[in-house]
Amino acid sequence: MLHLLDKPLAAAKPSRRSFLKLSAGAAGGLLIGLNMPYGSGAAKAAEGTAEFAQPFVHIRPDNKVVVISKHLDKGQGAATGLATLVADELDADRAQVEVEFAPSNPEVYKNLLFGLQGTGGSTAIANSFLQYREAGAAAKAMLVAAAAKQWEVDPASVTVEKGMVKHGSGKQATFGELAGAAALQDVPEKPKLKSPDEWVYIGKSFPRVDTKMKTVGAPSTYGMDVQHENMLVAVLARPPKFGSVPKTFDASEAKKVKGVIDVISVPSGVAVLAESTWPAIKARDLVEVEWDESAAETRSSSEMLADLKSMTGEPGLEAHVHGDAEAGLANAAKIVEADYTFPFLAHAPMEPLDATILFDGKSATVWTGSQLQTIDHNVTAGVLGLSPENVKIETLWAGGSFGRRAQPDSHPVAEAAHLAKAWADAGNAPRPIKVVWTREDDIKGGYYRPMVAHKVRVGLDADGNPLGWHHRVASKSILIGSPFEQFLVKEGVDETTAEGVTDMTYTVPGIRVEVHNAKTAVPVLWWRSVGHTHTAYVMETMIDRLAREAGKDPVDYRMALLKDDPRKLGVLKLAAEKAGWGDPLPQGRYRGVAVQKSFNTYVAEVAEISFREDGTVKVEKVTCAADCGIPVNPDNIRAQVEGAVGYGLGAILRNEITLTDGEVDQANFDTYLPIRISDMPQVEVHIVPSTEAPTGIGEPGTPPVGPAVANAIAAAKGEWVSELPLSKHGLA
Amino acid sequence: MAVNVTINGVERSIDTDPETPLLWVLRDELKMTGTKFGCGIAQCGACTVHLDGYPTRSCQTYLSDVEGASITTIEGVEGKAAEAVRAAWRELDVPQCGYCQSGQILAATALLTETPKPSDEDIDAAMDGNVCRCATYVRIRAAIHRAAETMEG
Ligand code: FES
Ligand code: FES
Repeated sequence: MLHLLDKPLAAAKPSRRSFLKLSAGAAGGLLIGLNMPYGSGAAKAAEGTAEFAQPFVHIRPDNKVVVISKHLDKGQGAATGLATLVADELDADRAQVEVEFAPSNPEVYKNLLFGLQGTGGSTAIANSFLQYREAGAAAKAMLVAAAAKQWEVDPASVTVEKGMVKHGSGKQATFGELAGAAALQDVPEKPKLKSPDEWVYIGKSFPRVDTKMKTVGAPSTYGMDVQHENMLVAVLARPPKFGSVPKTFDASEAKKVKGVIDVISVPSGVAVLAESTWPAIKARDLVEVEWDESAAETRSSSEMLADLKSMTGEPGLEAHVHGDAEAGLANAAKIVEADYTFPFLAHAPMEPLDATILFDGKSATVWTGSQLQTIDHNVTAGVLGLSPENVKIETLWAGGSFGRRAQPDSHPVAEAAHLAKAWADAGNAPRPIKVVWTREDDIKGGYYRPMVAHKVRVGLDADGNPLGWHHRVASKSILIGSPFEQFLVKEGVDETTAEGVTDMTYTVPGIRVEVHNAKTAVPVLWWRSVGHTHTAYVMETMIDRLAREAGKDPVDYRMALLKDDPRKLGVLKLAAEKAGWGDPLPQGRYRGVAVQKSFNTYVAEVAEISFREDGTVKVEKVTCAADCGIPVNPDNIRAQVEGAVGYGLGAILRNEITLTDGEVDQANFDTYLPIRISDMPQVEVHIVPSTEAPTGIGEPGTPPVGPAVANAIAAAKGEWVSELPLSKHGLA
Repeated sequence: MAVNVTINGVERSIDTDPETPLLWVLRDELKMTGTKFGCGIAQCGACTVHLDGYPTRSCQTYLSDVEGASITTIEGVEGKAAEAVRAAWRELDVPQCGYCQSGQILAATALLTETPKPSDEDIDAAMDGNVCRCATYVRIRAAIHRAAETMEG
């Protein structure tokens, strides 16, 4: 996902405005937030009216505390995280807290690390930590002031505990009872925040806000669930090769399917519009399309991989230089070399993509699990020729993303907008249109983790210590051509291509890292932990190879080279200790370790494996240690690391997207095999206590699992797998 | 011709193309969207319902197949096992994105109804058809054991 957190962008300095109290209109209660309509045409006069209130917290007369989440929750727990921050400062009761998603408005709800409204790069808590606590603290101060006034007592003598405002005299009131009066108080300019020893939820326990609804099949939860009166469902015939566009089509058979209303061509394919989903799916297969393949990728993935490998044989763009790598190699007693390759990977979130749009000629509303709301907003406005104030993005819970929904080109929303426009241009009366992607559309649809090749040469001195490290990475850039290029691409080097190598903290006197930008029409995207998905694998298996050459224990060898990185050292030590590193293992069990910093969070993992009778690897247990600064919600941190281990493991076991003459070979979960419960190891997560600012946890558990397993395999077999997935080698 | 079927205890007569998968009848005709679309080819379990008590993939069950049958979905599943499962799911905060969880809960409920004290192997066998892309499997397993405990007590 987005990777802006590691960069000291100008935007990384939270430029926040002070909160205001807002008119709650008919809803009543206390509303704290900002009041800045999005779009130049929005009438100034409308400011201050309930219509333009952009709240962060709403304390309702019915005693509910509604936290407005500016971040998408796609399972990573951001909504619960933000609720934890507000509830703690407010001393609310857990049971009274609810979360709603914010409207799209970058002026108010921007990610303070991106400068636009969006979620990714494991930044949700990092950028909101002060902002949401201040919103809670401001609301609490106003409740206290209102109570003090009502009771004619000194505000300093009023206390708040678990949603009750109290005074020593025995007087007490709920938030709901005080909300109206609180709304008449001044908003404190600099609300006083608690000190960490006063926290009641942060670092302790605050169960998820969305568990209940996700165990009853609640309606209108996900974008896929959107149902509107008179709604059409669209399923598209999509190009079989990336980069091709529809030329002509014949829909005569498709139109015979009962329920099909029309078949319309848009830039991304040919859409069947039907009264419901099934006829649209059925008829989509009956549309005959002739594609213009003049700009299409027609190579097979084997050819693309060969091209990447040959690129790593040539000098590339300089991504990082420290000391003199070539001199280190020239003076080495021994040189260790390795080549690695990584396949394209689909994200395959459980909820396939979808977007619903209603366009009435003057304004448009989009319902979707929007991850980059500002881009979705502006792209919709652009396609439909509307100004931003006439577009609304309604964010829904998302059934997973792993990066897939953070699209710098907003292509699913753009497609829905093109379709809505074509529908309107054909003279039809406005109808809501839901575009549904099938699993086949998802797996074949591109936006993959790029295919990558690495070539590494490391020179060791006589004691086995690295002297020079030369490293080349070849991959299509994720960011070149995206709106993020200006921040994260320097002189042709996309910083996500070799992240995790360029910032290595192992002590090596000479380091040289080069990258090559490969070209292909296959669209690529960040995939849970972005560059670290491959760089951690290469770095951590290389370090294991070097430890072997040096005749040292892999943990000891790392520790000696990590003297200057105390937090990495900390997680490594903790994971090793909890896993019983060095203790004898039962027969047939093997261990491997890996450690990586990503998104400013440090994670070490020890994998314990065995082999099944058929020779495949069974990962028995993964012991993890994570340091993500102040652990805001420890149980969610554990959950995210458990899930990240499973997600990363699934990919290295069996996952690859391959192409034959430009066409994707996989289609669904029968050919792109997801990790299942019988594959899942035990996972133990240990959190390093910390007072550092909180950093992300959605992604950082993913990078170490692959190399930890590979190192365990090498402990058993003496060889490191350098071409993924493991299924290529009979290991999965 | 209309198909008669009982859904969550309510008798319904559904007049739509009989070759429509039950999944889309539930989601689009009846607007019961708790049953999810994940793959459409019986490979992920997101669409799991109980058909006369058995966990069944509604994406590969056609309306014409369910004449006279009794269907239970996530919106309607109840009873001792279902309650124990839901309580354990909440106690352990199992869901992440949650999109697979309707199917997981129906599969787990069916397992515990058949096998009140399942072993890890029983869990693997019963739950392997239910994919969770968030890989909440560690907690799914723990929650099934937890539910089994509470059902005993
Ligand atoms: S949607 Fe039915 S099994 Fe996947
Ligand atoms: S909780 Fe996300 S797929 Fe299972």
